Amino acid sequence: MSEPSHEHADPAVAFESAKLGVWTFLATEVLLFGALFTAYTVFRMKYPEMFRAEHEKLDRVLGAVNTVVLITSSLLVVFGVDAIKRGKARLFEACFGATILLAGVFLCVKYAEYTAKFHHGIYPRTNLFFSIYFMLTGLHGIHVLLGMGVLSYVILLSRRGRLSASYYTPAEMSGLYWHFVDLVWIYLFPLLYLIG
Amino acid sequence: MDNVLAFGAASSQAGRVDALFVMIAGIGGFFFFLTQGMLIYFAVKYRRRVPGRDNETPTITDHPLLEFLWILIPSLVVVAIFYYGWQVYTDQRIPYAGETEVHVTGKQWMFEVKYPDGRTAINEIRVPAGKPVKFLLSASDVLHGFYLPDFRVKMDMIPGRVTTLWVQPERPGSYQIFCTVYCGTGHSNMLAQLIVMPQAEYAEWLERGGREGGEAGGKEPLHARGERVVKGAGCLSCHAVDGKGKIGPNFRGLFGSTVPLEGGTSVTADEEFLRESITDPGAKVVKGYPNVMPTYKASMPPDDVRAVVEYLKTLK
Amino acid sequence: MTGVGRPEAEGNGRGYLADRGWRSWAFTLDHKRIGAMYLWTTTVFFLIGGVFALLLRLELLSPQARYFSNHAYNVFFTLHGAMMIFLFVIPAIPSGLGNFLIPLHIGARDVAFPRLNLASYWVFAAGFLVIIGSLVAPMDTGWTFYTPYSAKSAAAVTTLSLGIFLIGMSSILTGLNFIVTIHKLRAPGMTWHRLPLFIWGMYATSIIQVVATPVVGVTFLLLAAERIFGVGFFDPTKGGDPVLFQHFFWFYSHPVVYVMILPAMGIVSEVIPVFSRKPIFGYKAIAYSSMAIAFIGFLVWGHHMFTSGMSPLANKIFSFLTFFVAVPTAVKVFNWIATLYRGSITFESPMLYALTFIFLFIVGGLTGPFLGAMATNVQLHDTYFVVAHFHYTMMGGTVMGFFAGLHYWFPKMTGKMVNEKVARAAWALIFVGFNVTFFTMFIAGTRGMPRRYAEYLPKFQVENTISSIGSAVLAAGILVMCWNFLQGLRKGAAAPANPWRALSLEWKAASPPETENFHEIPVVTEWPYGYGTPKA
Repeated sequence: MSEPSHEHADPAVAFESAKLGVWTFLATEVLLFGALFTAYTVFRMKYPEMFRAEHEKLDRVLGAVNTVVLITSSLLVVFGVDAIKRGKARLFEACFGATILLAGVFLCVKYAEYTAKFHHGIYPRTNLFFSIYFMLTGLHGIHVLLGMGVLSYVILLSRRGRLSASYYTPAEMSGLYWHFVDLVWIYLFPLLYLIG
Repeated sequence: MDNVLAFGAASSQAGRVDALFVMIAGIGGFFFFLTQGMLIYFAVKYRRRVPGRDNETPTITDHPLLEFLWILIPSLVVVAIFYYGWQVYTDQRIPYAGETEVHVTGKQWMFEVKYPDGRTAINEIRVPAGKPVKFLLSASDVLHGFYLPDFRVKMDMIPGRVTTLWVQPERPGSYQIFCTVYCGTGHSNMLAQLIVMPQAEYAEWLERGGREGGEAGGKEPLHARGERVVKGAGCLSCHAVDGKGKIGPNFRGLFGSTVPLEGGTSVTADEEFLRESITDPGAKVVKGYPNVMPTYKASMPPDDVRAVVEYLKTLK
Repeated sequence: MTGVGRPEAEGNGRGYLADRGWRSWAFTLDHKRIGAMYLWTTTVFFLIGGVFALLLRLELLSPQARYFSNHAYNVFFTLHGAMMIFLFVIPAIPSGLGNFLIPLHIGARDVAFPRLNLASYWVFAAGFLVIIGSLVAPMDTGWTFYTPYSAKSAAAVTTLSLGIFLIGMSSILTGLNFIVTIHKLRAPGMTWHRLPLFIWGMYATSIIQVVATPVVGVTFLLLAAERIFGVGFFDPTKGGDPVLFQHFFWFYSHPVVYVMILPAMGIVSEVIPVFSRKPIFGYKAIAYSSMAIAFIGFLVWGHHMFTSGMSPLANKIFSFLTFFVAVPTAVKVFNWIATLYRGSITFESPMLYALTFIFLFIVGGLTGPFLGAMATNVQLHDTYFVVAHFHYTMMGGTVMGFFAGLHYWFPKMTGKMVNEKVARAAWALIFVGFNVTFFTMFIAGTRGMPRRYAEYLPKFQVENTISSIGSAVLAAGILVMCWNFLQGLRKGAAAPANPWRALSLEWKAASPPETENFHEIPVVTEWPYGYGTPKA
């Protein structure tokens, strides 16, 4: 699959390229969520009462739990990247594995929240607040899911002995992405659950 | 009132837009001849005359003053154009005192007109000459546009919002209205007329209760009245009276024919079928023509419906 | 520009084209092959989109619906627009020529992420397959997909918007790849001010792709969600705002016209100096104006919406900013013309198309202020004037630039030459046909003919007839050009490594280039425009 001529001769260039690539990708992601945040702002200014009334229906406790879960997972990613930089592959795998586990917890809580909403007859079409709620958290949920895939792939690389203290680009890059996913939630939680 | 090229403005506002148009065209024309002239002149003058001798060109890589000038001059020119464009636009948007208000609602595929005194019309707006008119525009299904080319203005019609447009018609006449925002199959048939009447005639028309047909009075034969109603109610946006199909079934030869319906049955197009199709279009839908027609139950009095049916009978 | 190391093989081996069989293409990591795949794909969609255009012009021969129903006409213009924009103009130069040329231009062996590059192509392919699949139930919203009509009309809108989402993803990944490539993989000595201007154009383009495309991606997702889940962002009956859709849409779709035009401007900046044997005039001005256009381009989307009931203040700001796109554009035109001054100009087909680009783009540019000025915009918006204006910039500009690039780099890409006489004949047909087709539209629009009209008032018949005749000439020219390319591909004369005696790096590679582009990475000591004699 890999032809030698397409690989970078210089690992430093490869690392720098990957880093710039991921940051550029994150810029794209910011704009992706940015459009939805813009919609949120527009409609919140247009219908402040409705947003206030509707956001009461969200479960703040579950939202807060999920916030803690994601922040913890981000912390674990930091530990993991630090571990692989020091060459401790097993510790790295444990940290990233725990992150994936926490991501799973996050999604389960999200699932519980969604089902409760559906149970009460609340759907994306119910009103604009819930349109935005489901679109934003749904899009974020998809990112969590993708992140779980990426982290699993990096663990797999590590299991195969492809990562080491001298080559840890995939670990650091996937970590950056995970921090972004966490960061989006840190915006979502107050905007949707706390201030509506 | 037709116009040759841009000109033939129907109001003094429109005249100002034309003046701006001419100004931009003048500036554009100057730069057009300047740049194209240089382009062609250089291309011809500096073509390679002796094959092979191509390394004798001078090394000119930049010229700061020249480059500064051709940043500065276009900047000044565009600011000037912006300024006049904004001025003329702002004047268009200032409300006039004492305007006549007309509500116009876009709907697939017609303009529904409502006057403040309750009169309604379809695809025909009558206003007096020499007085400002304010159009209150909205839409009931999808986006539409309200474009008065002779007045050089247009405004989108947006469901759930009211947008406004002012004009001051000066010369009596009949002016075209187009829908300019794509709104579906009948978009290009969504046309209307703005009829500007001399003030006296307009007052007289108002007195008659806003009904037309002064010339025929009450003695008008029923089918002639039907023809008038059909033309005035926007039916011809979708239905043809000649050989070619449009959005709805053709009127020619419709009466008395056997019409296939959605769902496999068929029906003879008799008076009752035609009446029902006007007042309740969804009741029996002709095969091959999705039901997109609005009901005329409220907007067309029973007498007019009868007249329309009589008119359709004459289209053999 | 001089490269150290032994001169590349002059020979006409098959270079990167040596491997055969579909696997060697489908799984290739070679930027040149991926670029070639994009070129083939986009050209096919250009031709399909062109057929739709001809059907439109055929129908418009008569004021009444004669050959097609109104609905069929509406479907045709929607597909013409959507295909040309999303499947041809946006990807053709950046993903096609850009992929092929960026590594060659900057002296790299490949792009920064070859696997991602291949993935971009296949995401693109998935996108166009979904779009083709959606044609089962043709949709008629126009390429602008304005809500609420698009939220209510044919079911194909859902699939089509997902297809466009995929195309957008491919566009983002390609842009990202190019940004990193240009930043990190330049050959030793290739400083920013020695970059070919095509690369500057591509760099500005890539930034726009990365920043603007996600917004339209979300917009199409929301449109699909509106249709599937009943989300009400754009639905006035649910308190949503149809005009918000337009804001989102144009936030992307205005900058994206610069995605279309900037690479073409880059091509023209490459071709003009080579065929005038003169250094490009005002290199920095051209390079930075690309960046300026990309930047200002993000602030002017509202000029598509002057009649949508935005506040007069917003209209004013958007109008003001719009005019400032004109300045860097004018700067480029002046610099190109100044490059011709005292040159030694020859008129091979790439140069003919490059000059045509300038000629037509001046017309497109000078008709811009009519639409930027608010009062005349209100008059001309949504009429054929707009149609004429953007065809002059997009077809007269981008497509002519694309043709210039195809003729210019054809020897490099294929190792073959095209027949120059036939190429010039095709050019003449295209030039005449284009102007006859589209200039008349300015007149029709000024007289008030609205766009997207299947049937029109008889008073517009003369313009429409002339325009339709012109379109036939234009189509004939394009067919001759395609035939000429195919002939060149089959039995063209072998191309030398540098048939135009140009100085930029890609001509140091063989024609066609070897898979690894250069035997040794060149060391750059000069800018690529050192034509002419010093102090002459």
